[in-house]
Amino acid sequence: MTAPRQKPPRKDPLARTRQPLHPPATRSRTAHGLTAAAAEGAFRLQVCAECATVVYPPRDACPKCLSPRLPFRPVSSDGELIVETTIAVSSEPYFRERMPWRIGTVRLDCGPLVVAHVHGDVREGERVRLSLKLDVSGSAVVFALPIEEAPNMADDRQLTQMTSDPKFRRVLITDGRTAVGQVMAKAFSKAGAAIVFVGIRDMWKPFAGMDELKSIEHVEIVPLDLTDDRSVIDLAGQNGARVDIIVNTAEHVRPGGIIGGRSLTVAREEMEIRFHGLLRLAQAFGPVLRSRGADGASSATAFVNLLSVHALMNWPEFGGYSATEAACLSAAQCLRAELRSGNVRVVNVFAGPLETEWFQVVPPPKLSPSALAAAVIAALRDGTEDVYVGDVAQDVRARLAVNPKALERELAS
Amino acid sequence: MPDRGRRASYDGVVACVPVTIPYRRYSINDAHWWMGRALRELLKQAGVTSGEIDGLTVSSFTVGPDTAIGLTQHFGLSPRWLDHIPLGGASGIVALRRAARAVQAGDATLVACVAADTNHVDSFRKTLSNFSRFAQDAVYPYGAGGANASFAMIAKNYMKMYGATREDFGKVCIAQRRNAMRNPHALLRGELTLEAYLAARVISDPIHLYDCVMPCAGAEAFLVCRAETAAALKLSGVRILSTIERHNAFADDPIQHRGGWAQDSGELWSLAGVTPDQADFLQTYDDYPVISMMQFEDLGFCRKGEAKDFVRAHDLTIDGGFPHNTSGGQLSAGQAGAAGGFLGLVEALRQLLGSAGPTQVRDAKIGVVSGFGMVNYDRGLASCAAVLATN
Repeated sequence: MTAPRQKPPRKDPLARTRQPLHPPATRSRTAHGLTAAAAEGAFRLQVCAECATVVYPPRDACPKCLSPRLPFRPVSSDGELIVETTIAVSSEPYFRERMPWRIGTVRLDCGPLVVAHVHGDVREGERVRLSLKLDVSGSAVVFALPIEEAPNMADDRQLTQMTSDPKFRRVLITDGRTAVGQVMAKAFSKAGAAIVFVGIRDMWKPFAGMDELKSIEHVEIVPLDLTDDRSVIDLAGQNGARVDIIVNTAEHVRPGGIIGGRSLTVAREEMEIRFHGLLRLAQAFGPVLRSRGADGASSATAFVNLLSVHALMNWPEFGGYSATEAACLSAAQCLRAELRSGNVRVVNVFAGPLETEWFQVVPPPKLSPSALAAAVIAALRDGTEDVYVGDVAQDVRARLAVNPKALERELAS
Repeated sequence: MPDRGRRASYDGVVACVPVTIPYRRYSINDAHWWMGRALRELLKQAGVTSGEIDGLTVSSFTVGPDTAIGLTQHFGLSPRWLDHIPLGGASGIVALRRAARAVQAGDATLVACVAADTNHVDSFRKTLSNFSRFAQDAVYPYGAGGANASFAMIAKNYMKMYGATREDFGKVCIAQRRNAMRNPHALLRGELTLEAYLAARVISDPIHLYDCVMPCAGAEAFLVCRAETAAALKLSGVRILSTIERHNAFADDPIQHRGGWAQDSGELWSLAGVTPDQADFLQTYDDYPVISMMQFEDLGFCRKGEAKDFVRAHDLTIDGGFPHNTSGGQLSAGQAGAAGGFLGLVEALRQLLGSAGPTQVRDAKIGVVSGFGMVNYDRGLASCAAVLATN
């Protein structure tokens, strides 16, 4: 059984901060079908569209019938660990500092043989379930897990290299004035975060939920105004090296499209708070996050963006808002590329309308802030990087995959 | 399936002029340099000019970005028959059998078969990470243990299936070290005891240090021509009685416990017209001792699963009852990349020509060589073998 992870000791301030290393990232284009599945926490392998053979490693022709039609489809992830080995000598620096490392060969019930990372609770000959994970290189790998949930399973030494569990980590929630910011703080506190920094702009101005927020265990209120360069730089200067996870909860939701009487001032505000706010945050905290990707057991590990699912396809009723969210998504993709070298995962969490003030007139289904917070915690624990929370987000995601043009028309009607 | 027809013999074809360029652990030279040295030595010993070489095969992992064609210009050759054989441990025998057919058919007269690899301080890691698409996508990101980790799983499974022990593997390694102690060019020539073998540090369980080859730089080469060409050049040659080659055999075995030899060894012996007990020595491809033991079985020297008993019952040294890997094999001589796929064959040619010197097996008349290579994903894909005899 996995020993529970212990609170990491205080860092020796004189000790050198280790540089982040990466496992091999290179994959064929086809193999990135696994990366796409891993990003969402799904398990999909290639299945031949003609003869139904399940194919692994990823190929460009079916080894049974030579069909080129090999879409990635959900398949059963159950199998047997038929043989395992513990590697003591590796040629890659990343693994060298993580020796010994267990791998094994799993025979899946659906056919293929899969070389996988092996969880410490699994023994040779036992049943396992495979999970696709993103390692810190950003590419997908297969992980063999115990078939049944076991205590402290998530604390497995190899598995934690592929996840961003908030336990014992220090989190910055950028806006505590919102309902989402407040439940997020609660959720991280409950998930075992060591410190939950919560940013508040205009500290002197009281707000709903203030006292409750202050009373949450491990919460530390910090002044932060994402629209103010100085404020962001000051906080980064003071606490940047003490932040392992950033969750940007800043929001600015206003209805209206582009020409329907909506002033440019609203659009500017939206961009200022959401887009430029994100850039300020990234520019101030990014360098130190990236340099701390291997800083012991509580290294810098994630940057979480809460995004509207309408960043993916404009929703004219909230058209200006959708456009701003699309800008944030694009920036997040850039940030993902830039933070990867520091082993910091950019997690994009897409949601539909929330049960919050500015979506008052929008009919259900709407997502509760606490469901959103739970999804963020789960994404960090599972190591996913694209998360679609709630019915609307899932629906948009599904429609987008099948026919983006139809979705464009549907959102306009 | 269409009728395979009767295979033609290799009558009238010989392999000659075994060349080994002594290995070095590391080299600052490129593979081209090693290959050039082997070619030069080949020409010198054959007493021919490069203009007379009209056929060429090359094998190398580190000669990139060049392939055989670029090397013709590099070495100033103008062959009318050319082959690039990137088959790792199967390269030597595959080169032999292709060249043999070329000279038999008259497409070439004098074929130089060359393998060379360099070993820079970082080339091994680079070779591993780019080895194949499956390795890149589905093996190397898993701990980057390289072939050691893949063969650890194969060895572990084999031990479980057939009851072989580390002591059995050790016996193979120790006998080869004994042989290497007589080979002045072997890189590892210190005495290896069973205690030292068993106490060696683990690399990827159950593979320990002395189960692994030492990557190095080196080159090997030989010539293939018709017997009358050899006679005209006053070269002694070795006859090819039979060869087999098979790729991706037994793809449904969950873990590899046999190679393509098991499918084709019947043909190997029937075409050769001899039986395993007539062989005076065996050179297997020894990337790991477990693979050598698989070859004992799959080539028919003992029954499947009984290599452990065979190893226990036989003395595998040069003067023993079953001389095996007489130069010390890759485990002791070193693994010079694709030249490792030539090592056993070139040593077999020396044995049958009586020119093996300190490693000579007395009265060697019939020798068997086998090759194995290319761990593309979870197993070695290529297997091949040849039965050779004195002229």
